[in-house]
Amino acid sequence: MKLKNLFLLIVLLSGGIAQAQTVDEIIAKYFENTGGLEKWKAVQGIKMTAKVNQGGMEIPLVIISLKDGRQMTVITLQGKEIKQGVYDGATLWSHNFMNMKAEKSDAEATENFKTNLGSDFPIPFIDYKEKGFKAELLGKETVDGTETFKVKLTKKPIKVDGKPMDNIEYYYFDTENFVPLVVESEVTSGPMKGKTGQAKMSDYQDAGGLLFPFSLGQGVKGEQGGPPLTITKVELNPKVESKDFALPTDK
Amino acid sequence: MKKIYSILIVFFFFGATSSFAQDAIAKGKELFGDLKARHIGPALMSGRITDLELHPTNDRVIFAGTAGGGVWKSNNGGATFNPIFDEHCQSIGAVEIDPSSPDNVVWVGTGETWTRNSVSIGDGLYKTVDGGSNWIKMGFEKSERIAGVQVNPKNPNEVYVAVLGPLWNDSEERGLYKTTDGGKTWNKILYVDKTTGCSDLTLDPKDPNIVYATFWEFRRQPWAFNSGGLNSALYKSTDAGKTFNKIHNGFPKGKLGRLAIAVAPSNSNILYTVIESEQDKDKGLYRSDDAGANWKQLNNDFGIVVRPFYFSRIEVDPRNPEVVVKAGLLGSISRDGGKTFKNLGPNHSDVHDIVFDIRNSDRMYAATDGGIYRSWDGGTTLEMVENMPVCQFYHVSVDNEEPFNVYGGLQDNGCWYGPSQSPGGVEARDWRRIGVGDGYRVYPHPTKKLIYSEMQGAENVWRYDPAKDQAKTIQPLAGAGEADAKHKLRFNWNAAMAISAFKPDRFYMGSQYVHRSEDMGETWTKISPDLTTNDPAKQNQENSGGLSRDNSGAENHCTVFTIAESPLDENIIWAGTDDGNLQLTKDGGKTWTNLIANVPDLPKNTMVYHIEASVFGKGNAYAVFTGYQTGDKTTYIYKTTDFGATWKSIVTPDIYGFARNIQEDYVNENLLFVGTEFGLYITLNGGKGWYKFTNNMPAANVHFIELHKKTNDLVIATHGRGIIIIDDISPLRQLTEEAMNKDLFFFTTIPTKIPETNGFGGASTETQFVGENPSRAAHIIYYLKKRHTLGKMSLEIQDAAGNKITEIGPGKSKGINVVEWNYNTKPPKIATAKTFAFGGFTSPRVPAGTYKVVIQKGKETYTNDIVIQYDPKSEISLADRKLQEKTTRKLYDMSQELAYMVYELDETVKAAENMKGRSASAAKAVTPLITDLTKLKETFVVTKGDNYVGAAEPQLREKLTDLYSKIAGSYYKPNAAEMGNLDAIETRFNTAKADFKKAKDKNLKKLTSLLSENKFEQLPIKSFDEFLKQP
Repeated sequence: MKLKNLFLLIVLLSGGIAQAQTVDEIIAKYFENTGGLEKWKAVQGIKMTAKVNQGGMEIPLVIISLKDGRQMTVITLQGKEIKQGVYDGATLWSHNFMNMKAEKSDAEATENFKTNLGSDFPIPFIDYKEKGFKAELLGKETVDGTETFKVKLTKKPIKVDGKPMDNIEYYYFDTENFVPLVVESEVTSGPMKGKTGQAKMSDYQDAGGLLFPFSLGQGVKGEQGGPPLTITKVELNPKVESKDFALPTDK
Repeated sequence: MKKIYSILIVFFFFGATSSFAQDAIAKGKELFGDLKARHIGPALMSGRITDLELHPTNDRVIFAGTAGGGVWKSNNGGATFNPIFDEHCQSIGAVEIDPSSPDNVVWVGTGETWTRNSVSIGDGLYKTVDGGSNWIKMGFEKSERIAGVQVNPKNPNEVYVAVLGPLWNDSEERGLYKTTDGGKTWNKILYVDKTTGCSDLTLDPKDPNIVYATFWEFRRQPWAFNSGGLNSALYKSTDAGKTFNKIHNGFPKGKLGRLAIAVAPSNSNILYTVIESEQDKDKGLYRSDDAGANWKQLNNDFGIVVRPFYFSRIEVDPRNPEVVVKAGLLGSISRDGGKTFKNLGPNHSDVHDIVFDIRNSDRMYAATDGGIYRSWDGGTTLEMVENMPVCQFYHVSVDNEEPFNVYGGLQDNGCWYGPSQSPGGVEARDWRRIGVGDGYRVYPHPTKKLIYSEMQGAENVWRYDPAKDQAKTIQPLAGAGEADAKHKLRFNWNAAMAISAFKPDRFYMGSQYVHRSEDMGETWTKISPDLTTNDPAKQNQENSGGLSRDNSGAENHCTVFTIAESPLDENIIWAGTDDGNLQLTKDGGKTWTNLIANVPDLPKNTMVYHIEASVFGKGNAYAVFTGYQTGDKTTYIYKTTDFGATWKSIVTPDIYGFARNIQEDYVNENLLFVGTEFGLYITLNGGKGWYKFTNNMPAANVHFIELHKKTNDLVIATHGRGIIIIDDISPLRQLTEEAMNKDLFFFTTIPTKIPETNGFGGASTETQFVGENPSRAAHIIYYLKKRHTLGKMSLEIQDAAGNKITEIGPGKSKGINVVEWNYNTKPPKIATAKTFAFGGFTSPRVPAGTYKVVIQKGKETYTNDIVIQYDPKSEISLADRKLQEKTTRKLYDMSQELAYMVYELDETVKAAENMKGRSASAAKAVTPLITDLTKLKETFVVTKGDNYVGAAEPQLREKLTDLYSKIAGSYYKPNAAEMGNLDAIETRFNTAKADFKKAKDKNLKKLTSLLSENKFEQLPIKSFDEFLKQP
């Protein structure tokens, strides 16, 4: 090997060492910068009040998620409340927009939801190893014009149309603030199946001592994204009524 | 048999692309932000597919390697495919799924191995460990072409790689390689020589220690192709690649050409090979029933022996060793063990690979020059996959229609034109064919609705009238006394054409001469001598091909390849030749000067690929040269400002890949766009530094770039991903260093016209590709020095008086942000009812005017004005518009008033119901009020039914919002029927108000008295303004 090549090899190898940023260090830094791991662990529930501008119409939303896995999103349209993605501890359901009645999600969606029940709350990186998740640092990547650490998170496998599929999310942590700027995962159903879904986070602000993104953009990678969800209020450990989550019986 | 011992050469892999090139990608991502490319395809003719790979256990998963469009994956049994390799070299040789981890590990060898003259190059081997989300370069950067990858099914760390190697030059990279550590290190286990590469590879499915590999001696030159030599061979190893033997017992003697090899998966003693040899009678399909010890020729039909360099692929049915398919012009299938063949059913010609489904042999897939085809009946009927825009454009031009059309020619798929946008998206049905064969350059006539198009080698050049659907051939032909070989016109396979900015009927073509017509191709004049080197050694195409003669015309050489008339002076014409002459006339063709000697650091005879005559000076021009066809992959882009007396390279190490095209901006001299073999590069400073543009722009081979003068849209012809457009690049003109140093810099935008088209569009089916339309919205464009991550950031549109019109989510990226505003205010507040009033979701448009954009970012406020205009070409008068706006406003206000009335009514009923339960006397007192109001409400809004076919009879709210929506959504003044309807609704509205007042006057006092008596809070009715504010 020529001296020049040997030198290059050393530079390349030492480059790897100099980086010396492990995935756990990134995750630890994230917790440190956003309020502390213990504080995140202590959260029992989150209620977010938000709005989204759809063609000029400002649609109000309330998103509730609880440590025990219960969750719901309430959308108000023309004064009518519509619930989507509600889980009451047993059943995953949503209102049908046509007849405004509650309908159970299909068995596979419910099964997939239960497979990873509660493990995303409030963020999947808490005790991720104990949950059986795997996190890997894939390297640095520029997203939104900004240098990030690309972290691959493998959660428990799900099923897609009856066949098992790895449940993978890619988190792009800002190398400056160590907060995720973008999260990507493969779209598993619908017309965008097989494409990469993207959520963009910004406007991180304090709520109850924890740092939350107050703006969430959603779309498909490479395509025009939809309007972002603007969060106006984050309430920790909100008071909730079990009946609000329950699948309505007035079918 | 000669025993070849493996040669052990161990090397480590590490990244090949320079750190400068990587920086250009990162810098581009930091700069371009929301400036994003959109793909318009088309996909109706798709493009060349090079390799198909099926998942071994999941019959829904299929991978496809393409000639210039990267790797695509289907998760639905081939109904649709998605690209998964956009950031890397798009020319694909081989795709291999690791059988041990088929959901995760896939290997991709880049560089197509079907070595036609227009084939692109690869840049190494890639691997994914997550099913294609991320790819890691695994070495072989100089391999150029990888023909096969095989993973030991019992040991995923053991992988074989067949490196076919460069097409145009010698290379020691060729050979068969093996890793035993998953690709960290590689051993070259079989090498023949610099001219002979490994062209096919397979393992025995029962015993992975048995390896079969074919080697092919081949070489392409710009003017000739040679297939075959004494070194071509089929080898076998039984010791996992430690030693190899030639297995030629039964093979024809003498030179061999390209060979293919296949093992029957259900009986690995049965092998098939297809042989190119010296004698036609010896060519064709050979079979061995003893694992290669002996061979017997079975068939030499046309379909089996045709063009070995393009079709050497055999596949055997995984369940039946007697069913064998061979790639070819049409594809062939045998059901008697290779003795006889029939063609596959009708599909696109030029089939490169055919695979059988893992469970059902009736289900087959074919890779053709026109996309992937599926068969459900064993190859008799084939249907095309319709969502893969991997067509290979050679050229693109645009017209001045609104919206403008794009024109171009495609590899093996003729010439086409289609709209840059279309209602519902750019669909297959929007494209129109304007040529057959291999299509190359196409130009619309500058002023008439006529189109010039051509097929390969100018065999036909058409002037086509789309209105009459009439095509006329107009190419220059040998004239009187020119019928001999000496006077033969030599046209490049991709023959030069040009139109004039000065005389609309003028049309140029290039053979070895520059021909000019002043009457749209009816008559031609040679305006140059032979501008080429006219080297007779490079004009012997008749004997091209090697063991299989292949005189398609593709190797025609010593031709004019590019012609550029100066946009500033019609007498200044530049011409470049494929054999390296750069010629200029300043007197309209009377005299020509060869300037090539003035170009520094350029090897002799390097092809002049493109000349861009500049708008910034008569003596200014750019020249792009390609040397890859003689093995020189250097990027050559030069600029002159003195009529070619001196040339300066504007290439920096930022640029990766050799260039084919350059486009200058028409406003900012320093803004340039370059297309290379691996993507699009942009400079803002005249070439001192380059950014790679990667926003939805794959690393595709860019053949031609056009900048639309009116729209400032950059139109990119890719050779593998169709037409890609970057809408309105004008913000790049304003990107100065000063601007980029500001925390937030607003770009000046031209006034936006509100589009007035609102047709229906959209006729594609769910599995068809539909090209993305440009945004119709007003754009708010700004540059952010840093990505906004912490703290609040908002964007508000205000009218001239500072009133809030709407709030939009701002862009937060570092670099250019483009925020879209659809000219909307917010929709009216709608009365709550049992169901939705769908008309109430309509937002009124704003009138034309100047609006203020206010961005609040932390404590800082940034403002900018944007101007919205009515379409000046519209037939709608201002008075009509004002009536439409006024009527919309009236209905808007009525809707909100009704909403408030229903709110008040609901609150009153609620309070009354509350009192009703307290005592019999209270119930008696409030029941008439409840009854009256409930009845009234039933006429105000629907109180039953659902949002679909269970809908109730519409009431006031529904009628009101329906009319509102019609008028608010229209560009015209309300028609008589609408105004009549408004009268009717207004009457009912006024009656409703009166009835409500009457009901309140009659009975409300009883309720308020009861509330007082019971010390209850009076009716908590909000004011109208408060009501409007509540969500």
